[in-house]
Order: sequence, then structure tokens, then C-alpha cells
Amino acid sequence: MSKKMHIKLKVNGKDEEFLAEPRELLIYTLRERLNITGPHIGCDTSHCGACTVTINGKSVKSCTMFVAQADGGDITTIEGIGGPDDLHPLQEAFKEHHGLQCGFCTPGMITRAAKLLEENPNPTEEEIRFGMAGNICRCTGYQNIVKSIQAAAAEMNAAKEAAE
Amino acid sequence: MKDEVTREERLDNLKGMGCSRKRVEDARFTQGKGNYVDDIKLDGMLFGDFVRTPYAHARIKNIDTSAAMQVPGVLAVLTAADLEPLGLHWMPTLAGDKQMVLADGKVLFQGQEVAFVVAEDRYAAADGIEAVEVDYEDLPVIVDPFESLQSDVVLREDLVAEDGSIPDGAHGPRTHPNHIFTWEAGDKQTTEEVLANAEIVAEESMYYHRTHPCPLETCGCVASMDKVNGKLTLWGTFQAPHAIRTVVSLISGIEEHNIRVISPDIGGGFGNKVGAYPGYVCSVVASIVTGKPVKWIEDRMDNLISTAFARDYWMKGRISATKEGKITGLHCHVTADHGGFDACADPTKFPAGFMNICTGSYDIPTAYLEVDGVYTNKAPGGVSYRCSFRVTEAVYFIERMIEVLAIKLNMDAAELRRVNFIRKEQFPYKAALGWEYDSGDYHTAWDKALKTVDYDGLRAEQAQRIEDFKAGKTRKLMGIGLSFFTEIVGAGPVKNCDILGLGMFDSCEIRIHPTGSAIARLGTISQGQGHATTFAQILASEIGLPADSITIEEGDTDTAPYGLGTYGSRSTPVAGAATAMAGRKIRAKAQMIAAYLLEVHDNDVEFDVDRFVVKGAPERFKTMKEVAFAAYNQAIPGIEPGLEAVSYYDPPNMTYPFGAYVCVMDIDVDTGVPDIRRFYALDDCGTRINPMIIEGQVHGGLTEALAVALGQEIAYDDMGNVKTGTLMDFFLPTAWEVPNYETDYTVTPSPHHPIGAKGVGESPHVGGVPCFSNAVQDAFRAFGNTHTNMPHDHWRIWKTANELGLHG
Ligand code: FES
Ligand code: FES
Repeated sequence: MSKKMHIKLKVNGKDEEFLAEPRELLIYTLRERLNITGPHIGCDTSHCGACTVTINGKSVKSCTMFVAQADGGDITTIEGIGGPDDLHPLQEAFKEHHGLQCGFCTPGMITRAAKLLEENPNPTEEEIRFGMAGNICRCTGYQNIVKSIQAAAAEMNAAKEAAE
Repeated sequence: MKDEVTREERLDNLKGMGCSRKRVEDARFTQGKGNYVDDIKLDGMLFGDFVRTPYAHARIKNIDTSAAMQVPGVLAVLTAADLEPLGLHWMPTLAGDKQMVLADGKVLFQGQEVAFVVAEDRYAAADGIEAVEVDYEDLPVIVDPFESLQSDVVLREDLVAEDGSIPDGAHGPRTHPNHIFTWEAGDKQTTEEVLANAEIVAEESMYYHRTHPCPLETCGCVASMDKVNGKLTLWGTFQAPHAIRTVVSLISGIEEHNIRVISPDIGGGFGNKVGAYPGYVCSVVASIVTGKPVKWIEDRMDNLISTAFARDYWMKGRISATKEGKITGLHCHVTADHGGFDACADPTKFPAGFMNICTGSYDIPTAYLEVDGVYTNKAPGGVSYRCSFRVTEAVYFIERMIEVLAIKLNMDAAELRRVNFIRKEQFPYKAALGWEYDSGDYHTAWDKALKTVDYDGLRAEQAQRIEDFKAGKTRKLMGIGLSFFTEIVGAGPVKNCDILGLGMFDSCEIRIHPTGSAIARLGTISQGQGHATTFAQILASEIGLPADSITIEEGDTDTAPYGLGTYGSRSTPVAGAATAMAGRKIRAKAQMIAAYLLEVHDNDVEFDVDRFVVKGAPERFKTMKEVAFAAYNQAIPGIEPGLEAVSYYDPPNMTYPFGAYVCVMDIDVDTGVPDIRRFYALDDCGTRINPMIIEGQVHGGLTEALAVALGQEIAYDDMGNVKTGTLMDFFLPTAWEVPNYETDYTVTPSPHHPIGAKGVGESPHVGGVPCFSNAVQDAFRAFGNTHTNMPHDHWRIWKTANELGLHG
């Protein structure tokens, strides 16, 4: 076992500080150390995206990053995207358009989709399909996921317009 | 009492059957608050993981765990020697065979469990695994079932008597040490005669490759033995929690009332989570040994190489017909590769599942099926991957045979199907291989499908494309894939369906609360199908309380009534029926209470949406809500207080959903890349409970079908190494590869099901695989192709084009 490192993170707006082995993967830090179990584990090879979080403004597969690499980072997980009192339009849209079944991929999907819509508020279907290709869903066949993201985009754009 | 709301509004308010009610499950999942097994955290919980063999066939000479026990954080290392005194080094399989829990003297497939390391966390367990030293002596490896049946290499010495003779297996006589069973259905002699005298006979051999259900969440469990109370709690990814409880009790000797099995949220199953795996047994033992809760979670590679493969059927068919295309006979032989142990998840009397549905949707007077099960050095499993037992194999077989026959007859494949469909008036239809189809209207569905896609127009376009291709104007061919499937789901009638002796009924228990809300518990367990939403809809329509006021609970054996779980599309046909029947019991009692309150005779009131009304006087009524309250607050002569019911439903027959699918694809002959231009899916699942959920199931099933047909496989090399053990090589389509699907339906209710529903979750997979495959094969039909094996990945499609001389 190697020497532990001193790690500082901001997770969903909360400061966290602890000692961790350098080999500890970020997904385990979140799930086991910090009890943030929204991000899931679906593979060992960075393919499925169930573990997707946002770090310093970028979508990241947290199973493929050591916590040491994330040191000092600002992390958002599904728990930070919206809760019972402040649902994100994507969370509403996924329910409205049946964008999930078993729900295992959903936290990663929504976290990734939120980032996608930030980067591109008006994506075409093709851009959505391409932009979401790092996230695998075994249940839905994606059709309703695409629909959910389109609906959330429309909703968010309408809200923005109304605010302006 | 005056009624302000219209009947229409009262109906809407119920959100009962037929409406696209939004799912009640979604709030927690979209907010990251699901509770999957790996989310469970208990005080002092340990983590267990396996040492797995890299060899596919080897003797184990020695296992040295001493170094591993020195690794910081490692508490125990279990081997077969530790389990043997408890009689747990082997366990029974669902197929009447037995399977090693931990390698007992030898290993039979790559990835087999050799030792179980228990440590404080997963990192320490991984370190411990590295430090276990196993001394293997490798043995000849057999990955081909045909070779296996000829080989002198005996894979299972435990199944050969000391004098070298071969004792019978669970399914009768065995012909070779590596042979598991021969299973047959139909009339062999007549079928041979029909084939021998037929005007036309088409023959084909096809391999339905090995693949894997690969749900996004792998298998896992947490075992917690409370030594003070003598109670074992087992959380896990179980598609059949009650059956798991019974199995754990039978093999551990712990009395069943002292075992509580809980299936929390499950991240997809598709058949992967039906069986009992060594991880469950080892976690239980480790918890007993250490006195602490023990968690075991597969990683993706563990999942793909060791638990629950699907398919792996070598099928040989002969089909006969008149010159006009009327089918007269069908013969099918299957060599089934079951791997190192026979752990197939099928009802006991059906070692090849319902493969004998392989006459499909056609009126075939004479047929014969024979299946030989064989041991090889591959992983055990043989689950029904998003289908009822072996139905995907059966439907693929017949839908390919139809295409091959169409080629032989030089006939249009859509027309060939039409002239052979079982006609509407023939239902209930007794098929040549034994099943009695409950209902169907195939011609209507087929005509609707062909008309919607403009089938004739597509064929004309295809003919033009072939001209253009030959003239050098395009390098893309066009394939039109057809399939018409009949599923057989809802296992099943207790008289012929059981698993480990447990009849395959299912159950529902309902309690109505005084204020007019309710809880219903079932013996099934959702893995994404949305039971909490749809079962409440069934009940809402049956008992007249809003679905939003009904909680559905599943998956806890301490509270739910006994049931056989969720797989093979059995939840709606069996548990859905139990739900309706329990609801009707509630209604019957409620009717008596209402009559009492209205001061009329029981027979003078009738149920209407959400209330009981006095016949002929609709202004006099009692709502179900009022009745519920009365059941708890009034002493009613001759009626017990309370409003509860339970129903155990033993289905009188299976249900037979069907559908008509059409796929149109363009194939680039130079790259082998198929582009799916259109996919039309018409499903008839009888009464539709929630159209939104049905559509979602169809999208998902089709996508899994696309994967299997176009690339997904568990492939082995000659040494028994799994070549597709990660998502790098094992194809799971992303949003980028998947088309939009057009869904459609007809409704032919099941005549014997209380609400006429048939089950739908698996139909799209069953019908989708042959449809995608037929599209690929159809593209090359004009150039001499009759059949190529799946999966049709880019390389194999390119190869087909190349072999047909299309690359100049
Ligand atoms: S767990 Fe699959 S990509 Fe991270
Ligand atoms: S909803 Fe099950 S994996 Fe996406």
C-alpha cells in the first residue's frame, strides 16, 4: 500500500477533504467515501458512462480518473443537478417522455445531457446522438432519451427567452 | 349525494388500464436516489471477490492462500476445501445438474471461480486475489460441441461411473460422457416420410452464436448473517427472490423462515439475474464465517465470462412444401452447447426451453424436433436473454427456414408467409410440436404491416437498386428484412411448468386502507419494466381506486407473497392476472358492503368505474373510497372487518403474443456497413395496459435485437479464452448506431387471461433478431446468397460481399 495523499474536492458545492491512496478511483471516492451513490459502475473500460460526472466544466467518466487527478476539482454529480425542490428540466423531461426504464444509466445520462445542453443549447437529433454516444443504455433503445433531451432543450430555451 | 364529475372524468382520474400513465419509479432514478445492490452499505461490511482461472480446462494441483492472508485488510480466503465440510463446494443448478461453487480439483471454463477472498474493501480484496497462488496442470480444451461428442477427453468425471459407464442424467439417457441429454418433440417417423415424399425440400444449417444479456448493472449481493437472531438477510440482483430463498434454504440448511431475500432496485436483468451464482453462496458462507455482512459485486468482465450466457445453438433444418408453397413438414435438430455445467434456466420438463415453438406462426401439419445438450469448456448459463425460454432461437430458426424455402421456391417471402399462416378461425390452434396457441389474427397484422411500409414499392425500389448496382451506378445494396413471430410467454401452468419443483404460478396480495388508498404486493420483481406503474393501473381499473393511491411493492420475501419472479415475459400474464383476480375478490366483498350501506340486496348494485350504484337508480351509489372506510368503521352483519385479498394465479395456458416486423437497410458492399433506414414493428400483446411503457419495451427489445444480429457475441478461441470479455469487444450499441423505430399494434386479447393481456417485454427481441438478419441476407439474395451466420458485423458482411464476387 502506498502513502496516502491529501485530497481536497468540492462536490456538489460542498468542500471535502481527506486522505486517500493515490490509486483510489474517483467513482469509489464518490460512492464509498462520500456516499454519493447516484453515479454508477457499469464497466471496467470507460465505455458505458454510468459513472459520468462533471469536473471543472467537463464531462468525465469518474471510473477512469484517480481521485488524485481530481484533486482541487469542482465536481457535480446527479445529486447536484437537481433535487425534489429544484428539478432540472432534464429530470422532468426524462420522466415525461419515458427516457428511462431500469434507471441504472439515468444519472450518468442526465449528467452528460446537462453538459451537452450547456455546450449546445439547440442540438439537432444527430448532435444529441453523437454527443451522448459515450453513455450506454441497455433498456430504452435511446429513442425516448433523445426525445427527452430535445424536450428539455426546448423547455430551457423557452424559459431563457421568457426571462430575457 | 350529487355528482359533479362526469363518468369520463372519473375514468381519467383512475389512470387505469389503457392510459400512458407516467412512471412512479422515475422520480428516484432521475435524482440519483435509486437503491441498487451496490448502493447498500452496512456497518462493518466486508467485500468478497474471486480468484478466477485463466485456463479453460485444467486440474488444480494446489492452492496456496498463505501469502494472501498476509495482505493488509484480507480476513479470509475460501476454497472448495473450506466449503466441503458444509457440503457447499457444489450446488444444484436449475437444470438438474450440479455446479462447482469453487473449483473442486479442476476447472472447466475460463473465469471459473477458484477461491473467494474476503477483505475490508475492494482494493484489499484485489490485492489478496493477486497473492493467491494456484498451481494448474492444463488439460486439452474443447470449445466445439461436435468435437466434444467425439472426444476421449472427459470433461465431467463426476458424471461417469467407476466402471466407465454413463449414468442417466436429469433428462434421461446420455450417449457419451460429454453428452447431457436428448430431448425430442413431435412425430419423427411421419416427418421423415413427409420430407422424403415432398415436392420441394429446403435445407439449411445455421449457428445461433453465443451471446450475453449484459444488463448495465452486473450481478451482486450483500449477505448478512445475524448470529444473535439466527437470521440471514440477502440483498441481491435477483429476478426471482422467492426461488432464491428456497434454494438458499435447501442448500444451506437454514430454515426458510430465517432467510429474508430482498431484491432492491435492479439495473436491468434480461435473464442474467435468474440463476443462482457461486458469488451468492460464497457471500453467505463468508458472512457466517466472519460474522459480518459481505458484499460481492461482479465487474463487467466477471459478468461476461462467467454468469449467464445465452443461445449457442447449432441448428439444422429441413422444410418441405408443395410447389405452390404450402408447407407440409419441418425437421429441426439442435446441438446445444451448454458449457461446463448444465445451468440452463428452463422449467424442469423443458431442457431445451420452449424450442418446440419452432413451427412458428405457420400451419405446419407435421414436425419433429430433437435437441442434444453437450458439455464443453465454456461458461455455464443458457439463460433466456430477453425472451421466453429458447424462443428467440426457435423464431430465428423458422424465420430463416421460411426465407430459405422462399429462395428454393423462387417465391416472395412475404407471400410465402401469408399462405402458410395459421388462420384466425383455427384458434385455439394445436401445433404439431405440442403447444396450443390461445389466439391470433396473423393475416390482419401482416397486411397492415406490409401496407404501412408499402412493401410492393420497397421491392420495386430494391429491383431498381440491383439494376443500378450491376450498372456500376451505386455500391449500396438494399435489404428488406421480414419477420413474423409468435412468442410463447407466461410460464406457466403448474401442471407442466416448474423450476426446482416449484410450480410457476404467481401471486398478489392487496390491502385497502381505511381512507381509500392501497398497497399491493407481488411475487415478481421489476428490473425496469415499470411494475409499480402498470400493476397499479390494472388494480385501478379493477377496484376503482386511483392508480396514484396504490403502492406496489415487490422483491422482499418477508412481505411479498410467494411467486416465481420476473423473466420470460411472465409478469403480466401471470402476476398481472393474479393482480386482477385479487382485485376482483376485493370488489366482491366491497359489493356486499356497498349493498348493505345502500340498504339493497347484493345483486341490486353494480360496479361502475369507481363506485357501486343501485341498478336503475344511478343517483344512489357508494364510492369505493366510502366502502373502504365502512369496511373498517362499521360492524356489518355477516361480513368480517377489513378489506384485503390475496390471489395465487395458476395460468390455464401460456399466452401467445405475436408481431410483424419489417426492416429496410442499405448495405455498403465495400465497407460492410449496414445503414438501417427504416424499422417498422407491429406488436400484438393483447390488451394494452400502458401504451407508453409498451413502446419503450419495444424500442429497448429491438435495440438488443440489433446488437445480437449485427455484432454482439461471446467468442472463444481454441484455447477456451474469451475474446469478447469487455465492452471494447462485446458490442453494445450506443445512441449513434441505433435508428428510430416506428411502432404499431393490433389487439387480439388472450381469451383465458382475466384482462386479456399477453406480455410484451421480449417480443421485440424475439422478432427483431430474425428481422435484422433477414434484411442483411435479403440484400445479397439476388447475388446467390441463401444463408450466412450472425452476427453480421461489418467484417462478416464485407466477407459475404467478397465471397459473392461483389468486389470485382
Ligand atoms: S463505469 Fe463504465 S464508463 Fe465508467
Ligand atoms: S434505463 Fe436501464 S440502462 Fe438505461
